[in-house]
Amino acid sequence: MTGNRVSYTLDSTLDSVNTAEEAAEQLAAKAGFSEEECQKISMAVREAAVNAVLHGNAYDPNKKMTVSYENTGESLVVTIADQGRGLDPKDIPDPLAPENLLKQSGRGIFLMRSFMDEVRIRTLQPGTEFTLIKRRGPAAKTKEASK
Amino acid sequence: MTMKASTRQVNGVTVVDLSGRITLGEGSVILRDTVRDLVGKGSKKILLNLGDVTYIDSSGIGELVSAFTTVRNQGGELKLLNLTKKVHDLLQITKLYTVFDVKDDEATAVSSFK
Repeated sequence: MTGNRVSYTLDSTLDSVNTAEEAAEQLAAKAGFSEEECQKISMAVREAAVNAVLHGNAYDPNKKMTVSYENTGESLVVTIADQGRGLDPKDIPDPLAPENLLKQSGRGIFLMRSFMDEVRIRTLQPGTEFTLIKRRGPAAKTKEASK
Repeated sequence: MTMKASTRQVNGVTVVDLSGRITLGEGSVILRDTVRDLVGKGSKKILLNLGDVTYIDSSGIGELVSAFTTVRNQGGELKLLNLTKKVHDLLQITKLYTVFDVKDDEATAVSSFK
């Protein structure tokens, strides 16, 4: 799908989270990423989708999550947006700080950053948009070219 | 694959065999309910066998932390057994590997409870 962009508009449900995750894994494999990289990409997308559905849209049936996947040739770019009240990146606590280590939540964005090469957070009116970028190494490019 | 949990007793320790995905929704709820039920019944030595857990997301990690603190607050101990590489790596990057007592042999794990 080099140069192609695929977009979905999904309801604010757990099924949509699973849909976004599964599509990410399939498209990453198609783009030539290794199995381990595909799993990291799909986990990061899952975390962003959970963030959109749970924290952003709060399961509101009137609010949608949009997910788009683009293979630029150099990287896989996944954008996940919600229509919630918005998120200030400055308010995100460090889940590795000793005082936060035993907190039940707050690790999603940290995991996205751990699994992807770049994570951008943009405030929308209304909502939040996450852009997750995984750059392709030479192995992934060769793998896709041979398909 | 949905999450499944079954419990058995080994020398006074409750071993919980978990399989599938511990993720937001059903997987996290099953883990939470299982641990709360055990604590409610007075179990204070709980060993979570994660050998057949294929996937954990941040909600699942949160649920493990919550289980750990719930049992500890009741004066008990909760330990983890048989981590897959994926789960091991997740606990490493979230710095939780040193918080949990992690074992890779059931007999050793069971005998390690006070």
